[in-house]
Amino acid sequence: MQRIESMMIEKAKALLSSGEVNRVLGWKKGELGFDVEPCVFTSEDSLKDFVYNAFCGANLSKYLVGETKKEGKILVFLKPCDSYSFNQLIKEHRINKDNVYTVGVECQGKVDNSKLKENGIEIVDGVVETVEEVTIKANGKDYAFKKDEIVLGKCSVCEKKLLSYDEVISINEKRTPSIDRFEMVKKLESMTADERYAFWKDQLSNCIRCNACRNVCPACTCTKCVFDNDNSGIASKANSDSFEEKMFHIIRAFHVAGRCTDCGECSRVCPQHIPLHLLNRKFISDINRLYGEYQAGEDTESKGPLTNFTKGDAEPSEVFGGNN
Amino acid sequence: MQEINNAKKPLIVAFCCNWCSYAGADLAGSSRLSYPAEVKIIRVPCSCRVNPMFVLKAFQRGADGVILCGCHPGDCHYTTGNYYTRRRMSLLFSMLDYLGIERERTRVEWVSAAEGAKFSAVMNDFASKVASLGENKRLEDLRCKE
Amino acid sequence: MKKIAIKNLDLLYKEIASAQELYLPVKVAGATNFKKFEDGVDVDIKSLQTVKSAKDLFFPQSEDMMEFKTSGKNIEIKDARKQAVPFVLFGVRGCDFKSFEVLDKVFLAEPVDTMYKAKRDAVTVITLACNNPESSCFCKVFGVDASNPKGDIQATIANEEMFFEALTEKGSELLSKLTCLEDGDAKKVEDEKAEIVKKIDALPFVNLDLSDFKGENLMKLFDRPEWEELSKACLGCGTCTFVCPTCQCFDIRDFETNAGVKRFRCWDSCMYSDFTKMAAENPRKTQMQRYRQRFMHKLCYFPSNNDGEYGCVGCGRCVKKCPQSLNIVKVIKKIGGKIND
Repeated sequence: MQRIESMMIEKAKALLSSGEVNRVLGWKKGELGFDVEPCVFTSEDSLKDFVYNAFCGANLSKYLVGETKKEGKILVFLKPCDSYSFNQLIKEHRINKDNVYTVGVECQGKVDNSKLKENGIEIVDGVVETVEEVTIKANGKDYAFKKDEIVLGKCSVCEKKLLSYDEVISINEKRTPSIDRFEMVKKLESMTADERYAFWKDQLSNCIRCNACRNVCPACTCTKCVFDNDNSGIASKANSDSFEEKMFHIIRAFHVAGRCTDCGECSRVCPQHIPLHLLNRKFISDINRLYGEYQAGEDTESKGPLTNFTKGDAEPSEVFGGNN
Repeated sequence: MQEINNAKKPLIVAFCCNWCSYAGADLAGSSRLSYPAEVKIIRVPCSCRVNPMFVLKAFQRGADGVILCGCHPGDCHYTTGNYYTRRRMSLLFSMLDYLGIERERTRVEWVSAAEGAKFSAVMNDFASKVASLGENKRLEDLRCKE
Repeated sequence: MKKIAIKNLDLLYKEIASAQELYLPVKVAGATNFKKFEDGVDVDIKSLQTVKSAKDLFFPQSEDMMEFKTSGKNIEIKDARKQAVPFVLFGVRGCDFKSFEVLDKVFLAEPVDTMYKAKRDAVTVITLACNNPESSCFCKVFGVDASNPKGDIQATIANEEMFFEALTEKGSELLSKLTCLEDGDAKKVEDEKAEIVKKIDALPFVNLDLSDFKGENLMKLFDRPEWEELSKACLGCGTCTFVCPTCQCFDIRDFETNAGVKRFRCWDSCMYSDFTKMAAENPRKTQMQRYRQRFMHKLCYFPSNNDGEYGCVGCGRCVKKCPQSLNIVKVIKKIGGKIND
């Protein structure tokens, strides 16, 4: 991974100096070693803060909606999951493809920062990665983790491939997930309705309506969200009733159904750790079961499952998954 | 006494497409077939007009059950509208079920303009199923119940 | 000085709750927030911080104000404010207690916010010293001593026991009523506090330099070119605002019920694009301007209007919770110390 980082910096410098691009979208190191933030670099000099390591979980593709409207070409580094979002945005004509130079970078899972504290890690001094393991240097010690113990939920089940890019930086080290991504969805489906209701009631009651899940989502790119539109009759800034918690999350997930690439950003950013991806995955699982396997963002041409139909589709009465 | 009786009856919102199901309801009426008075029909140009938000808002405003009626697949006045409805509502109702909301509170039925009897039968059946579930508690907005 | 064994804390909670409402950090679905104590709740005093701050108890995220009902040509207006009942707030950290003082400056200044004041008057606060401050903590910068928090009663955990000391009359009144406590010795507490002070002094952000953040530098700070870069990754969500113990902006909105209109107030965020939306114009058009506003308010406008009191208490929630790892520490480091460049 360290090798990849220097290859990326070299690539960025070369493209900047040749004038092929005038900006670079990547990740910048923070103050505590793990608080990496997305950043647009504008000069070779500023790239000294560029970082690509196990803490670069943030998906960069949504920033391109704004960035590709600006003057000149921007270089972007896309992890496999980011690239699915990128493709989906291209399909929906939200990104101007002429203004972006894409470099795909390999990824073996990113660390979940909230798991650092659980393990007594406060400040990260360095990180060494192999395909299956990550060693974090902190407190003058080495903390070794198996990837499954420490990566983000989205990474522990990731099967995403490196898709088509202008260029790829990879040393061909790919991790294969050991967990089925629908495991938790299936578990919920097999519960009784009462148990499911209790589960979601607890989870959603924590929602503070900060809109982080919506604003980070690469599929949520409406200029004006219905929940911000006073004329919609449902605009609200707080959940004043438990109904609003449910409505917001159902509609949020429904609006991206068939377009959600399962990048997992919604769950990564939730300050209350609500497993929002389980709502999106339910839609994905239903779509796969009823209308055939579909992976949003795998291509830039195909019709999404909710803008498509067949005459023999299942009737709504036949669709319930699970037993109860 | 009157009020107490009213409070117990479930409120049902039926979204009916203008071309088939609404005409089906008309036929039920002119054929003197009865369906429960607590079924409130909202006429929509096509079942496809029904946004998932409409369904949720109906529950918010006090509905105990929501049913969508449209033309039979293949018979849509706009050719393909109800095919999209079918997919959307399948996913939405499955999601509501996933959140633990009773699945008998939602339904989609295809009712043509000639099926007055079916309309009446569907509504009677749906209303009695919803009535047996009792008041909608899991998708209610307490502010709308005061 | 009183004490109780940690394993017996449940007795204390029950005794307090039998006389008054008790709010304390409770874990629900993996997230800890201040909730009402009831039998069987999962009390979590191990986590350093709740996700939402304790301001939620005085200034709830959503709060009814009044109702309108029309009958014929008349409009009836009903007071929908809830009566405040005396309650105990347990497990408040030093930074959160400091935030009450910041909020008081806003809500208790003329014209007094009666909804806030009623709850503020009704509370007895038991603060809890931080045995294990985290790397994101920088309360010391804002004059908070996490080893020695203020409050009505101060609690400190040492050697599997919790010690209590009343700091106000209200506090000693409550403390004297609690029968489950026994007398404790102050020595253990002093030792623990000295330990905590050492831990705090070793934290990475305790030496942040605030000297440039003052009223006379307002325009210089406002015009710094670094704001653009600092705010680049901002998503415009409200996470920082809603977890912040001192953010105090709210919106007043109407909800149409089936029978009338309910007017309520709810937290608002200056990060939202419609925060400054007015009939004709929105003066803050870009996310950079909104981002700048939030930090300028905390570090410059607020102190210059409140005798140098900053609008930040260094709790570090934004450091931990920002989806893209932007935070006030990065702002202070980047903008501070450059004013005379």
